[in-house]
Amino acid sequence: MNQTVTRRSATDLDWDRVRRWGIYAGLTMAFLSSIGMVENLDKRIIVDPILSLGFLALLWVPVAFGYAATYEEAKEGMAAPEKGERDLVGGLVTGLIGGLFFVAFIAIADAVDLRGVFPRIGPALIDLLTFDRGVAIGSLLWLVISGLLGMFGGLLHVLPDRVRRAVTNALAAVFLVALVEIAVVDIFESLRLTVISDWIYAKNGGVTIAGAVVIAALAALSSVRSEGDAVVRFRTRYATMEGDERKRFNLIAGAVAVVLAVVLPMILGGLTNELLANVGLFLLMALGLNLVVGYAGLLDLGYVAFFAVGAYTTAILTSPLSPKWTPMLTLDFFSIEGWVVMVVVVAVAALSGLVVGTPVIRLRGDYLAIVTLGFGEIVRILFLSDWLAPAFGGAQGIRNIPAAVAGPVEINGTKPQTIFYVVVVFVGIAIYVAWRLYHSRIGRAWAALREDEDVAEAMGVETTKMKLLAFITGAILASFGGMIFAVKVGSVFPSSFKLIVSIIVLVIVIVGGMGSIPGVVVGSLVLIGILGGPTQPGLLAEFGEFKLLIYGALLVFMMLRRPEGLWPSVQRQRELHQEEILQDAWLKAEAADEEGKR
Amino acid sequence: MHLLEITGLTKSFGGLQALGGVDFHIDELEIVSVIGPNGAGKTTFFNTISGLVVPDEGRIVFEDEDIAGLEPSEITRRGIARTFQNVRLFPDMTILENVMVAQHCRTETGVWGALFNTPTFRNEERAIEERAKDILGFFGTRLTGYRFRQPAYVLSYANRRRLEIARAMGTMPRLLLLDEPTAGMNPKETAELTGLIRKLRDEKGFTIVVIEHEMRVVRDVSDRVVVLDHGVKIAEGSYDDVSSNPDVIEAYLGRPAEEGA
Repeated sequence: MNQTVTRRSATDLDWDRVRRWGIYAGLTMAFLSSIGMVENLDKRIIVDPILSLGFLALLWVPVAFGYAATYEEAKEGMAAPEKGERDLVGGLVTGLIGGLFFVAFIAIADAVDLRGVFPRIGPALIDLLTFDRGVAIGSLLWLVISGLLGMFGGLLHVLPDRVRRAVTNALAAVFLVALVEIAVVDIFESLRLTVISDWIYAKNGGVTIAGAVVIAALAALSSVRSEGDAVVRFRTRYATMEGDERKRFNLIAGAVAVVLAVVLPMILGGLTNELLANVGLFLLMALGLNLVVGYAGLLDLGYVAFFAVGAYTTAILTSPLSPKWTPMLTLDFFSIEGWVVMVVVVAVAALSGLVVGTPVIRLRGDYLAIVTLGFGEIVRILFLSDWLAPAFGGAQGIRNIPAAVAGPVEINGTKPQTIFYVVVVFVGIAIYVAWRLYHSRIGRAWAALREDEDVAEAMGVETTKMKLLAFITGAILASFGGMIFAVKVGSVFPSSFKLIVSIIVLVIVIVGGMGSIPGVVVGSLVLIGILGGPTQPGLLAEFGEFKLLIYGALLVFMMLRRPEGLWPSVQRQRELHQEEILQDAWLKAEAADEEGKR
Repeated sequence: MHLLEITGLTKSFGGLQALGGVDFHIDELEIVSVIGPNGAGKTTFFNTISGLVVPDEGRIVFEDEDIAGLEPSEITRRGIARTFQNVRLFPDMTILENVMVAQHCRTETGVWGALFNTPTFRNEERAIEERAKDILGFFGTRLTGYRFRQPAYVLSYANRRRLEIARAMGTMPRLLLLDEPTAGMNPKETAELTGLIRKLRDEKGFTIVVIEHEMRVVRDVSDRVVVLDHGVKIAEGSYDDVSSNPDVIEAYLGRPAEEGA
């Protein structure tokens, strides 16, 4: 075949695009600095002493935007875009433009006192951004840094797959190791191997340079040896497993998970356990919401109401300070009394699911979302109201919720390990329930409902009944979350059940992958584990006030680039990748025809 | 006694009368075609029978019970299934699942069975799957084998129509309502489907009402033809009677020019 390759010159670029992305980069960096992110996150060291989280929050910008500016989509049936110097040039220019804008920002911030409008833009920020070397030298440095990083972003297109993977994996590994510092230090401490952790991590936090080099080298080596993206490979392998093989795999994975769940809390410290307990709590809720949103397709924005109902029911049943009813039962998982508490919690949750669900269930889509949103707020405001204060304590809430008991062990928030174990058990139950229901007649009815409600009804699915069932099951799972939450915190206040909880649980489900159990697990690990919940800190506790900003940015990014979520369900995957699947199906049909002819 | 007997069925949307007192009946194992020009109210007629639209007036008596105004799922449970004029499958579910979900109203294991994986549950699941495969097998090999696990949207237009019929069969009805089953098919596919409709009656024992525009299909399958125009039944009888009926010709072709002048 005659292939004429016209080499494209180094300046044959979409300059408009480069300029645009360059400006975006500069504005993003200026924005991140002006909201105080750089300053605040500077305290968290990633690599000691050269890189802090604050600077990382800036430095990724030219890389990512340089990469984006020179990104060309490889289209089916067309020659793959040619990669070369032009990508480097494009990245460099993007970075330089970004740097220019950022430098302008620094200069303005230095010349004019903006603290009246932007309280975070002050001399401290300027000193930090100019590396204490004055505006002139600092600016020059930024131009160089930003240009080089932009070029690095462009370079990522040029590198052969294998090298690129090695580079990105090495960087990611260093970041990850720095991220999980508390947990790793905990583990090494309980294993009495502080020698290793002292060598990897510096005294004032972050990975040491030597440690970073070794970690990067290890990650690069392991990725050079492997073929293709390990995660993708694993997923395709898992998807093609049949019957027995998959069963065996699931069994092994389950066993590993159980062993980890039993052993981890013992060797982790209080802080990490607390964190894992929070992850589990949100995972429990996300699994419940996943039934409602992911399976049955009912957008419920008031999910926190059921969490609140579970927490308040537990508080009333167990606390001696409950204002009206004081049965003072003990939540003892091994006695009848404890089971009575749980049964009542489930019953109340189911009832509230029914009460909230019945009037709204006939609404669709946006209307349902708005009405459930309202209901969620109504429930919180009712708990807060003076009118119901004699029963629920108003703004003071209900305090003195005693510890739960399992045999000789007391379970409460001061011992996060115990909470974690309880959470794991309930998460296990929730996963089992979701998985069993999904692979049953009820799960199929939910799927049909999600696809086309009218047709589902016409095909004999009692849509109202099935929707209510989803609502109630979701409510019960959330109420378990509320029950554990009440025991963990020891008190319940209306302010713990704000709208933001509903939204964050929904974000977990969307980012993880709607309708996908592993997706929801990954979603809560990433979001709650790393970023933290509405009030609970994650591994990157420094994010604190910027948490919602990052949640938002992540959500937008996911919607644009990966709407099916981190670990999509099969059905979502089908829905959003019709074209590829169609092509695949066509080839398969051809092959079957060939087979038939022979 | 007729299997389905409809009297005085009326339905208006705002000022537009879609059905103006239609009487209709069908006996066990009959195939009746409903024809009429566009906008004659044929699809509304189906929608009222299947419960998607609640009639203003009139009785719909199926197996001796009035089903007018019942929930669509309840009507399906009682034994009336339908297909849609503009194919409406569950596109992201697999072909097998599309037929499996249709058996919802014929099965009953609930939450407990699913949670504890009871023997009843497992047997029922197996039966559902077997029956679905069996139904799909009725259409030859084009919906079977590797197709079972493919999402419904990969199917060609004709196959989607076939799958829709299969899904309706999954609800195990006595009466099947087919809304323009050959629309968009080529002549060969149309001829094949004509045979299939007869087979559905002869082998599977369904009673069938079919809305159809293709006159050859109407001629070949119908025991009786009902003609609707502007929501009113204007003729009824064998294909030959109806096709020579001056009112019907007028409804389709309009009044001859000299008379209208």
